[in-house]
Amino acid sequence: MPTPVIEIRDIFKYFPIPRGFLGRKVEYLKAVDGVSFTVHMGETLGLVGESGCGKSTVGYLILRLLRPDKGQILFQDTDITTLTGEALRRVRRNMQVVFQDPQSSLDPRMLIKKTVGSPLEVNRLAKGADVVTRVKDMLKEVGLREDHVYRYPHEFSGGQRQRIGIARALITRPEFIVFDEPTSALDVSVQAQILNLVEDLQRRHGYAYLFISHDLSVIKHVSHRIAVMYLGKIVETAPKDKLFQKPLHPYTKALMEALPQPDPEKRHTLAVLQGDVPSPVNVPQGCRFHPRCPEILDSCNRVEPALVEVGEGHWVACHRCSTP
Amino acid sequence: MAETLLDIKELSVRFFTYQGVVRALEKVDLTISKGEILGLVGETGCGKSVLARSILRLIADPPGKIWNGEIFFKGEDLLTTSNRRLRHVRGNEISMIFQEPMSSLNPVFRVGNQMQEVVMLHQRVESAEAREICIDMLNQVKMPDPEGVLTKYPHELSGGMRQRVMIAMELSCRPDLLIADEPTTALDVTVQAQVLTILEELTRQRGVSVLFISHDLGVIAQLCDRVAVMYAGRIVEVAPVRNLFSGPRHPYTQGLLKAIPRVDDERDTLSVIAGVVPGLIRPPEGCRFHPRCDAVMNACDRVVPRRVEVGLGHQVACHLYNDSSEKCDADTRH
Amino acid sequence: MLNSIKKEHEWQIREFLFTLRLLSKNPSAVAGFVIIATMVFIAVTAPYIAPYDPIKISLRERLSAPSIVHIFGTDEMGRDILSRVMHGARISLRIGVLVIAIAGGLGAVIGAVAGYLGKQADNIIMRVMDVILSFPPLVLAMALAAALGPNLNNAILAVAFVMIPKFARMVRGEALAVKEKQFIAAARASGAGSMWIILHHIIPNCFSSVIILSTLLLGETILIAASLSFIGLGAQPPTPEWGAMISVGRKFLMDQWWYPTFPGLFILVTVIGFNILGDALRDILDPRIRR
Repeated sequence: MPTPVIEIRDIFKYFPIPRGFLGRKVEYLKAVDGVSFTVHMGETLGLVGESGCGKSTVGYLILRLLRPDKGQILFQDTDITTLTGEALRRVRRNMQVVFQDPQSSLDPRMLIKKTVGSPLEVNRLAKGADVVTRVKDMLKEVGLREDHVYRYPHEFSGGQRQRIGIARALITRPEFIVFDEPTSALDVSVQAQILNLVEDLQRRHGYAYLFISHDLSVIKHVSHRIAVMYLGKIVETAPKDKLFQKPLHPYTKALMEALPQPDPEKRHTLAVLQGDVPSPVNVPQGCRFHPRCPEILDSCNRVEPALVEVGEGHWVACHRCSTP
Repeated sequence: MAETLLDIKELSVRFFTYQGVVRALEKVDLTISKGEILGLVGETGCGKSVLARSILRLIADPPGKIWNGEIFFKGEDLLTTSNRRLRHVRGNEISMIFQEPMSSLNPVFRVGNQMQEVVMLHQRVESAEAREICIDMLNQVKMPDPEGVLTKYPHELSGGMRQRVMIAMELSCRPDLLIADEPTTALDVTVQAQVLTILEELTRQRGVSVLFISHDLGVIAQLCDRVAVMYAGRIVEVAPVRNLFSGPRHPYTQGLLKAIPRVDDERDTLSVIAGVVPGLIRPPEGCRFHPRCDAVMNACDRVVPRRVEVGLGHQVACHLYNDSSEKCDADTRH
Repeated sequence: MLNSIKKEHEWQIREFLFTLRLLSKNPSAVAGFVIIATMVFIAVTAPYIAPYDPIKISLRERLSAPSIVHIFGTDEMGRDILSRVMHGARISLRIGVLVIAIAGGLGAVIGAVAGYLGKQADNIIMRVMDVILSFPPLVLAMALAAALGPNLNNAILAVAFVMIPKFARMVRGEALAVKEKQFIAAARASGAGSMWIILHHIIPNCFSSVIILSTLLLGETILIAASLSFIGLGAQPPTPEWGAMISVGRKFLMDQWWYPTFPGLFILVTVIGFNILGDALRDILDPRIRR
């Protein structure tokens, strides 16, 4: 098995929230509570979950936009968890990100030429006219026109802005890209274009992707492997087909049930789960899903289930699923 | 055949902006029957929200103007009724819930205060009775601990709970029509499931008609009886939900359905609709979809297609199905 | 080459023209603009169109009332007040522009750094700014000008110093908001350092607020500078600065009303002009009203 491009081991990130009088007492928002996974070259790991599950925070941690409290992040076998300064910058040109909001992911006051070219300039990989040439090539590759270099973001539609964001991410020819809900703010027809583009680029260049989304159908389409997150932990991970054929964790099953499918012949009861998505400040004891779980056992409210392999590449954190 | 509750005829709405006149809605015809859930689906900028707001005359003027058309509700034209009558209709006979419930609820008042105020205003009851009604409604939307919820402020509730409060508030006055403008778009999928279930149950129980606006075809398929598809300010197809999904006729609808990633299929690439949604200041001539249409013909860039019936309750506005003489003339002209 | 420059700035030019057009529809903006434009015109052309040499003494004509020969009258040295007032416009506007340029430039950078870096740096910088702001501006300017020595250039530095925190405060607020936008995170992720982000992302996004604040503060600047000259700490005689003229002309107010009145009027009108224009600009540049 070749070295994974990215490997994260047991990373934690807690955000302190001052409460009480004068903020003396501190509560912790357990955004990421012990997450590990790997992503290999040419593959897409889909990270799916609802709000508050910590998926975006995982993305930020890998990109070192945040520092993990505990754990390790390895890029091509190099530990980058505590890197700073020039060393971090050298790694950064190999790891890029495409964000969700086409409105705020581009600087409204910056020409496209500068926005897309800035990773090259900042990393001193190219200068002057060379930058412009590479920007123009990149724009063509993502389906835009050369003369777009002299425009500003507001002159483009949401889908085009996402393409610009993708161009910016790819211009340094990184090996690993984090996509944080890149199509959530886009219309269906535009989303399809962007997803096709992203997949095509991966086929041609062998990029490794971490694709974060709350939309299961999008995740299914783009991913090779999928990890389901709930309240800061991964509850199930499996190759795509296995996950959809035989989801094991009750949360994964509930997510799939709740997804309304565009087929009126397949109407079903959507709501299997009661209650709201809980806050990562008050994490339930034992298995954090137990208050909403329709299949709980005795131990579920006392012991936290560990992530165990129950099939080839199929891991679940659930007492019921891991007892043979 | 159920009775018609709302009949929109040839509605046109324009916005007068510095950059030009935006033709947001162009001669829109739509009907909603009693007790039915009609889905209105379309992408950003197609005019579905404008349509919803026009019904209750909520279009800001300036820069918007209801240019033309009639909206018959229980026999009277809402566009020409007096303000007094309109105020009675709003909230009592036609209610509306929006996508982001934070902006419909006042953040500085407790939820209980706001709900009671609405009930007291519309139903002319005293405070104590209003409170009972509110608790009853919260139970109906399956809210845990209704008394507790009444004492909370909006920001203390989650998105799903706030939406349920909105549904409770809007249905408390027993309207005939509920307009729901993307009510679950901002919610997590499991919460969305709960809200949709409640919405469907309550409206069926009480015979409330629903105009359900969304860009999510999955939700539409799950919930609605009939569906209207909008594109660039016009309605391009209307059909019973099963017919629309199993046999879409308009090229836009077909393209849309092919572009959705589905959990149940194995395609590699999603098929796309070439091009982008047009701006509405200088929309394409003739059929507004023609620049992106695979099946484009001669007449499409000159003549606006009329809506014709192609099946039971299934109408399409497309020259492919339109054997009007205009089309034939245009064909032989070249 | 010129073509590519033109293409790059096409949007900026269009935005500028759009702003002008909106301004032209606003009566108070037009009024303010006319006033300022007139003052600028006078300031620029004073050496050519002033009827007399502003410092030429002519004791025969001293303290003569406004007449056809001397439209604003003469002062105690026989100098033509109209010419002096016109040259005074040059001085005042020069002071205004220099002060705002220094204060705006420094203040914006200080504020952007404080806002972006946050935490300790923010605390320290803003506390220093608070100390400066806690002094009444005129008093602080006086103290500084007196310490540096009474001449015009020192007055400029003193007033600029007093104005810096106002810019810093405002830009810091904007920086806090811009910092949270996704393009900042994207820039960080591509390896950009803090200084690069501050200079290339944060400050350009605060540009329109800085313009508005500049216009509003120009009036105050001219007033403070005139006040400094009034108490003898700024422009020294025979420089025809408005405040200095009022200072001397005070004694003559009873019998030779024209002496301090005309410089005073010009200060009044100029400051009002800048304030009105600034207010109108603030409304126009507000992105919500623009669309």
